[in-house]
Amino acid sequence: MKFTLNGETREIAVNPATRLIDVLREEFGLTGTKEGCGEGECGACTVLIDGEPVCSCIIPVSQVASAEVTTIEWLNGGHPLQKLFMDEVGAQCGICTPGMIMAALSLGPAPTLDDVRTALAGNLCRCTGYAAIYRAVLKWRGMPLEDGAGGAVVA
Amino acid sequence: MAAVGSSVARKDGIGKATGGAKYADDITFPGMLFGRTIRSTIPRGRIRSIELDFDRTGFTIVDYRDVPGKNAVDLMSQDQPFLVEREVRHMAEPILLLAHEDREKLAAARVKIEYEEDTPLFDPEKSEQVFKSIDIVKGDVVAALARADVIVEGTYRTGHQEHIYIEPNGVIAVPEDGGVAIHGSVQCPFYVLKALRCLLGSAHPNVRVIQTETGGGFGGKEEYPSMIAGHAVLLALKSGRPVKIIYDRVEDMIATTKRHPAIVRHRTGLTRDGRLVAMDIDVLFDGGAYVTLSPTVLSRGCIHAAGPYRCDDTRIQGRAVFTNTPPNGAFRGFGAPQTEFAVEVHMERIAEQLGIDPVELRRINALRPGDRTATGQILRDDCSAHMVLEAAVKRTDFARKREQYKGTNRTIGLSLFFHGAGFTGAGERNLKSKARLELTPNGVRIATGSTEIGQGTRTMHAQIVTDALGIPYEDVEVAQPDTSKVADSGPTVASRTCMVVGKILEECAHELKEKLGGLSPAEYYVRNGPLTVERMYEPPDWIQWDDNTYLGDAYATYGWGCDVVELELDPDTYEARPVKVTAVQEFGRPIHPALARGQIEGGTAQGLGYALLERVVMRNGAMANSTLTNYTIPTTLDMPEMDVVMLENPYPGGPFGAKGLGELPMDGPAPAVVNALRHMGLDVREIPATPELIAGCRTIA
Ligand code: FES
Ligand code: FES
Repeated sequence: MKFTLNGETREIAVNPATRLIDVLREEFGLTGTKEGCGEGECGACTVLIDGEPVCSCIIPVSQVASAEVTTIEWLNGGHPLQKLFMDEVGAQCGICTPGMIMAALSLGPAPTLDDVRTALAGNLCRCTGYAAIYRAVLKWRGMPLEDGAGGAVVA
Repeated sequence: MAAVGSSVARKDGIGKATGGAKYADDITFPGMLFGRTIRSTIPRGRIRSIELDFDRTGFTIVDYRDVPGKNAVDLMSQDQPFLVEREVRHMAEPILLLAHEDREKLAAARVKIEYEEDTPLFDPEKSEQVFKSIDIVKGDVVAALARADVIVEGTYRTGHQEHIYIEPNGVIAVPEDGGVAIHGSVQCPFYVLKALRCLLGSAHPNVRVIQTETGGGFGGKEEYPSMIAGHAVLLALKSGRPVKIIYDRVEDMIATTKRHPAIVRHRTGLTRDGRLVAMDIDVLFDGGAYVTLSPTVLSRGCIHAAGPYRCDDTRIQGRAVFTNTPPNGAFRGFGAPQTEFAVEVHMERIAEQLGIDPVELRRINALRPGDRTATGQILRDDCSAHMVLEAAVKRTDFARKREQYKGTNRTIGLSLFFHGAGFTGAGERNLKSKARLELTPNGVRIATGSTEIGQGTRTMHAQIVTDALGIPYEDVEVAQPDTSKVADSGPTVASRTCMVVGKILEECAHELKEKLGGLSPAEYYVRNGPLTVERMYEPPDWIQWDDNTYLGDAYATYGWGCDVVELELDPDTYEARPVKVTAVQEFGRPIHPALARGQIEGGTAQGLGYALLERVVMRNGAMANSTLTNYTIPTTLDMPEMDVVMLENPYPGGPFGAKGLGELPMDGPAPAVVNALRHMGLDVREIPATPELIAGCRTIA
């Protein structure tokens, strides 16, 4: 079957029931997509399918036939959100980070804090408590840090 | 500009954000097999027969008879086998290992095991097998109780908690040079090394352990990686090929350690005006089926059981006992979240019964410099209980809000807490941890076994060395922990990595600076070649500790915190939703403010999950809700607004005044949540405070 992967047309011959995440990681060596649960609950495996964030661990590869699949590798390290995730410490251990970033990409141009929370509701992070992730995403979109995302630090 | 105290670029680089960082499951080796663990399906009994019901072509099969050395995980006691020989003590206990290059064939292999079953023991209160007991006696609690105007009693319970690091446990064992290398998701590479040496014996001297990028630990990758590494090594040595074992989420939840459930009883004597005169505390921890780290978890739990309060006559008795469940183990806070939950809810109940304002009760009793803790330790100037309490109360306008929320579905509560940094008592002295600095052609390399598990080890250590050596931050690199190449700086646990290992590195840097004699590292390297400085940790000389009586200086210093939680209760569903948390914490001085804040925010989130959401349902000795669908941790929609305040009170024995921080934020949220619920009139004394629990609890008379 054929599909578009990070802008290039790719053809593979695998069992159509193979999970998309396995195809990405094993057939194409794109290990930036992580597996945290394999049951669609943690979002670590989030990729974009035709621009929409989807858990690649519960999608058989047959479902992306002729679709456009985008993974974290497509950003090539140059996306401002990637740097912000490191600078704002939106990534601690980093295992949730590729999925978080892919999910955040679907946000519109001027998201509120609530928009960010809703967009990332399917992505679990056990390290950060999410606040630093909000800071990274809101800064990326040039939005002010509302209460709950900013918060003064007195030292 | 100084590196310490500013949020410099992290040494992790961009890899975590590009997906380029390599975690265990991202690594493959030529000819690699996949490993699978066959586990017990009963909680207690003996194996009668094992039948392999599959075509064995291409399989490597290992049981206990393949162990070349000792079939015991070498931790505190050697009671836990890598593979069951005959006697099963808990569900999901490893019995047999299989490896194959084809994962489908591996998953399809069927093994039939028959057992002689025994009656399992699940109730820790009925257990007669005690792993460890502790008795801390200060003054005369019986006489003091007899003198007290008022006595308040209570029993408090906390449940299991599952770590849910988003990367499950995983390792790869690779045969090399007559030995074997382990690449894996581990917190403590030298613990794994020790366990493997015991497993393999003298026949396999060449073993090394390399930490791969690690997707969270929280204590959950402190002891269990020794088990899984041992399994992978056995399969690799038998097959002669690399073997990867990665747990899926269900296996990780069913088989690996969790936070110890606890039952804590308080009997407290007070004067009528609210002064503590006697604290009699009994702590019971459910250790599960093997000793693992239960004695030290109990120890930290007991030492923190009287909370940050002054009381001359105290007795703390603790026991960690056997049950037929998977062993409980290290989890951020290490026993203190359980006992501090109990004492903080108990303090709230004391305030209710005496008719004293809960803040005032804490003001009367909170520790000050010069006071003695429950172990008789005289606190120094770095005690900040009152500072955090006053700052939190003021910042949240606590008194006014508490009054204002009365009779509404909104409420507010607080907790005051502390956390000892580093190993307990003589622990650091006995550990003799070391750190090393090596000159490179451009600067220096930090070579320690301390692992980066998300908390920022690489960055903080590099900042400390940068400023102590006076070279650019960019010229400091951090070696990947590989036990054959780095100094054994002790385990990455107990809030000790910044404060203790950072301190050794600071001293290494001072020594190195002297040796450089005014030259830059690069100049020295060109003229004289490589140079290495290694030093051992020297705890403060004033630390006195008696391991028999548990009296003395339990920790070199403590972090202090006051959490205020505001929440709303849904009157129909009884769901408690936190709307705001204010976390005021003092931990010496932040080395990297953004990372430090991340520790507080993340620890607070784990604490809120512990308080309200995270319920482990045990059925016949196994976790019945072992999926992320059925065991819920906080999502973006569960997390309230967080206001973090970092106060400074430098600890002279830490690098640049820093104390340990990692665990402190875990201690406060649960009691603050429950105290808020109590302020609504709900008599909650247990966590997690799920809607079912809240719906069923009595109202406060
Ligand atoms: S791995 Fe796909 S949602 Fe968790
Ligand atoms: S950074 Fe560790 S899970 Fe999100």
